[in-house]
Amino acid sequence: MPAALTDVMDALAGIRPGSALDAVRTRRPQAREQAEASFRALFEPESFGRVSASERFALAVFVTGLHGDAVSAAFYAERLAAAGPSPEVPAAIDAAIAAATGQGPYGRYPAGPLSREDAPGPSYHAGPEARRTLGARLAAAFDHAHLLVFHPRDAAPARLQALLDAGWSTTDIVTLSQIIAFLSFQIRVAAGLRVLATA
Amino acid sequence: MPDKIVEPPLHTAPAVFTRALLDWRPWLEPLAEEGLTERQMAGLVDAVRAKSPYFRLLARDPDALRARTLTDTDIFYNPEAGLPRGERELAAAATSRFNGCIYCASVHARHSATYSKRADDVQRLLDEGVAADLGERWNAIIAACVALSATPIAFASEHVERLRRAGLDDLAIADVIHAAAFFNWANRLMLSLGEPALPAEA
Repeated sequence: MPAALTDVMDALAGIRPGSALDAVRTRRPQAREQAEASFRALFEPESFGRVSASERFALAVFVTGLHGDAVSAAFYAERLAAAGPSPEVPAAIDAAIAAATGQGPYGRYPAGPLSREDAPGPSYHAGPEARRTLGARLAAAFDHAHLLVFHPRDAAPARLQALLDAGWSTTDIVTLSQIIAFLSFQIRVAAGLRVLATA
Repeated sequence: MPDKIVEPPLHTAPAVFTRALLDWRPWLEPLAEEGLTERQMAGLVDAVRAKSPYFRLLARDPDALRARTLTDTDIFYNPEAGLPRGERELAAAATSRFNGCIYCASVHARHSATYSKRADDVQRLLDEGVAADLGERWNAIIAACVALSATPIAFASEHVERLRRAGLDDLAIADVIHAAAFFNWANRLMLSLGEPALPAEA
């Protein structure tokens, strides 16, 4: 098992007790404590419900990989390994990251004056090999994660229907969406504070 | 019975960024307002949120909702030093403008206009986008939010230096980082679980 940490954000941002940024974070104590509580609610919940630990960590490895954030990616890869995935899963996730990588945000607006700001871009769908190794459920979650990471304004009911068709329930989709969206926050706070510490 | 997509009732979607009050229509079934459990109510944090379909949908994962909400309130409402409230809201509005979340941008542009008393400048952010020239301090805040919201993240020491030159101390810069990062969370939920709607004419 990876070592237990007192504060995941501090670990990802490289914040040591007594440092200047430790003092800055102390000024927003509830934000600090509840960012940690958010991590626990999504990755160490009292009950995993129908979204298993290894599905949650696999999704996190994919999302952190799409961000190209080596620190967070390593953190979640270690936890995925501890969750005991099938041996071919980590390599399949790496291949999916390589196939899905891009630059965001892009996407289309509702037709009208904002159409001139439309920035169309690729939609990712896991290939047959990834679907076989990851399974239809996790592959559908990866398709959705790519949408949310790179082009969230292209979201549409049909994208949620694809998750329902793959076997996720409404409640599962709320949890998957929270995992992807929370990581979009966690990765940015940690990356931002790392820059602030050295600038 | 497998779960289903909710067809929102006929409505007009906003076609521009606006400070007007908007509704939000879910694409998935929220929990019923009657019959929320104690844990789900705790997830809502504030009982008045039981009226909101957005929060009743997120209440399906109540512990995650509760922690998300308490993170949000400290980042934006903690009055102790750091970035003034109007500029924390500016960061939220700029991030939402850049990611393309018309609903989130409407709420936080209103808050930013109220607290900063610079409604015209906030409106220019909505109309012209994140390249609007709103004076160096606001330009620096918006540029930092844009760089942090890009994927991969483009936020670098030059953004911190520009914020420092504009008069922000480290706590204020940490507030910019947290406000922008938080709206990368919020925008993705709002954009992907439902859609904004213009309120029906009274």
